[in-house]
Amino acid sequence: MKWVLVTLMVVATVLSDLLQSYEMKRAGEQSVGARGLLRLLGMIAQRKFLIFAILCMAVSFFSFMALVQTEPLSFAVPASAASFILETVLAKFVLKEKVGAKRAAGALIVLAGVVLLGE
Amino acid sequence: MAFSRGMHLRTYSVLLLFIALKAIGNLSLAWGMKHLPAAGANPLSYIRAMLDPFVALGVVSLIVALLTRMVLLSLADLSFVLPVTAVGYVIAAFLGKIVLHEVVTAERWMGTILIFIGAALVGSTGEKSK
Repeated sequence: MKWVLVTLMVVATVLSDLLQSYEMKRAGEQSVGARGLLRLLGMIAQRKFLIFAILCMAVSFFSFMALVQTEPLSFAVPASAASFILETVLAKFVLKEKVGAKRAAGALIVLAGVVLLGE
Repeated sequence: MAFSRGMHLRTYSVLLLFIALKAIGNLSLAWGMKHLPAAGANPLSYIRAMLDPFVALGVVSLIVALLTRMVLLSLADLSFVLPVTAVGYVIAAFLGKIVLHEVVTAERWMGTILIFIGAALVGSTGEKSK
């Protein structure tokens, strides 16, 4: 069950980041003043990807709550770093970004760490 | 990003505040959740769980931590913020062991340290700050 929760948490986090990044780039620069935040709220209500991103964020947080309820904190928090692996894979194969050797090595080291956590 | 001395002090103060808030938030959330009945798959159970004082303190601390991180990102580059905040994984393992009396095996320590190094390496590339 713990790996189901870790997977759910990581996939939901990465999906939320990806959707937010995609929609916010399309929306252009935003401000954090009162008017800017109201405009942002209005924009969230109109853009289904942003609504979905917020839903994903909620799923990720609820999964983390369930994970810390049943598993040690010393497992749950480090395991959340598995998002670096998925983000790197998606950056390379979906977003077609150039993934440097340092980033690839970092993601592989995180993967080895997550495997060891499960031992 | 070029820093003056005062800017350095402010950046490191905000950084310490973020790390502390994140650690307190995770710890309080874990402590509160472990004392509640299993929440299962019903989202309403999680919303109800937030009425527990420890869970509520955890959620509020994590929200303030998120806002503090945004302030931190306005003061420093993501390629600085990501590697230094990766220390949070090691702090969580320490808090689990010391406060929650969890058994942290040698493999788990090793895994946590590898995750810290790996996350710091991924973050230091600065490729996400585009």
